[in-house]
Amino acid sequence: MEKDEGMRVSALVRAVLRRRSTLLRVASVASRHARVLVASAGLLLMCLALTLMSPYFLTVPNVLNVLRQASIIAILSVGMTYAILTGGIDLSVGSVLAFSSVVSAVLMKSNFPLVPSLAAALCTGALCGAVSGALIIGRMRMPPFISTLATMSIARGLTMVITGGMPIYGLPSTFAYIGAGYVLGIPVPVVIMAVVYLLACFDLALTRSGVYHYAVGGNEEAARLAGIDTRAVKLRAYVISGITAAISGLVLASRITSVEPLSGLGYELDAIASAVIGGVSLSGGEGSVLGTLIGALIMGVLRNGLNLLDVSTYWQQVVIGVVIAVTVSLAAPPKK
Amino acid sequence: MDGQYLLELRHITKSFGGVRALQGVSVAVGFREVLAIVGDNGAGKSTLMKIASGALAPDDGETWLEGRPIVIRNPRHAAALGIQMVYQDLALVDCLDVVTNLYLGREHCWRFCGIDVLRRRDMEENTKRHLKQLGVDLPDVRTAVRNLSGGQRQVTAISRAVFWGTKLVIMDEPTAALGVRESGTVNQLIRSLPQQDLSVIVISHNLEHVFHIADRVVVLRQGKKVGERLIKETCPEEVVRMITGAEPPTEDAA
Repeated sequence: MEKDEGMRVSALVRAVLRRRSTLLRVASVASRHARVLVASAGLLLMCLALTLMSPYFLTVPNVLNVLRQASIIAILSVGMTYAILTGGIDLSVGSVLAFSSVVSAVLMKSNFPLVPSLAAALCTGALCGAVSGALIIGRMRMPPFISTLATMSIARGLTMVITGGMPIYGLPSTFAYIGAGYVLGIPVPVVIMAVVYLLACFDLALTRSGVYHYAVGGNEEAARLAGIDTRAVKLRAYVISGITAAISGLVLASRITSVEPLSGLGYELDAIASAVIGGVSLSGGEGSVLGTLIGALIMGVLRNGLNLLDVSTYWQQVVIGVVIAVTVSLAAPPKK
Repeated sequence: MDGQYLLELRHITKSFGGVRALQGVSVAVGFREVLAIVGDNGAGKSTLMKIASGALAPDDGETWLEGRPIVIRNPRHAAALGIQMVYQDLALVDCLDVVTNLYLGREHCWRFCGIDVLRRRDMEENTKRHLKQLGVDLPDVRTAVRNLSGGQRQVTAISRAVFWGTKLVIMDEPTAALGVRESGTVNQLIRSLPQQDLSVIVISHNLEHVFHIADRVVVLRQGKKVGERLIKETCPEEVVRMITGAEPPTEDAA
């Protein structure tokens, strides 16, 4: 994927502009980030096509709407990216989304102040992530698929137990600001999404603990031999995943000023799809949160565009599935 | 310093269950020297090097480093002592670039509010300088290791081993998977390491390469040392005879 595509691109540029060292440097950088560039190009093409096909697409309210809708999955996908980068996966993100928002809703309904209730949600998410992580790194050495399958079920079950299967309505209006409010004309969920992505980008690209995720996912044995505490790195990834799931849950709950026991059901698949479209490799060690963001936006724009074109939601499912298959196979590495 | 060895393994014995992998083998490598260890399969070469690099503990025998007896507890301890092993699978993270691999586990960072921020430009400059000093020519240190050729990956692994105040580099079949030209690059690098104040132990099946890069050769056979020669005082035929057992062991075989 990156090697072939990137090698072809930079070989072409080298041949045409032999002495332009600046352009060579650009080509070298481009080949390294081929996947994200291809995905971005795809997103731009899609936006262009939709602008031509529907007069409503490129309007300010619609663009803000798309971003706001996409933010929930996008925030969730950040944590998923962390888990996948370390060579694992987190199937529990949808359930943790529901569980943590239910915990905070229960507190808010019992007249707990807003900020501690939000903090409680984040702690719940972190705790769920820690449990998933502990199962993976502990003596049982559970495969991440199994471990997060278990926490997915437990978290969903506990959500049902606490709510008795019924939604919790009437959350305070101060809370509703998160979902409905604006900051300088930008919806708060979009701002939260931007902040989460900026932090994640910084962490993964520029900090030692961030880079270790790639090392552990790329070659765990080499990382271990280099003296990296691979278990701590994995635990960190899953705790972060739990926290982003909680943030996502709060945004969702605030948008509908209620929590539903079945919220987030199936969201983990959208999160995985966002990461994969954005170039995160399921075997670990490769990809970026920027790519994941593009992937989440591609799915959000696709859904929005198909809505504007009056395509039924059933057919939308089909289209999204096809897009996943096509984008991944287009840029997949040739099997050796 | 005269007559003193960098690393001495004395009377090393190691068994695995009923199998006597090493029986009283004594091997020493001097300062700024390339020592080759040869022998057929099952002669005990890998076992001996695992003991030297701390991956295995001997059943009996002593290890002396720079004239002092020591016990190497594990590979990390060995690395701290200046003994670095370059593993067969190279222990590189394929999807990361050369700079990150070279610095893996020991990144240069700024500490900022409890977060370690990577000093990327520093590490990149140092990597380029280090590779230049070793005479290694890599087109782009920011390219993923996976995109390098087999020979370039091998020199990256060796450069990483050499990077951290190493005194002794141990390599297991460094040219085994490489073609003629790439082997040449790797051998040239190995040959140049003594000039950087390093000693090297190389396990190899390839006698042609051994005669190109080594100063001394030790021959193991069925767990015992059956011969030791200075390269310039022997020839491939004699070494082959020692490997196959056609040549009787000399008195210096401990």
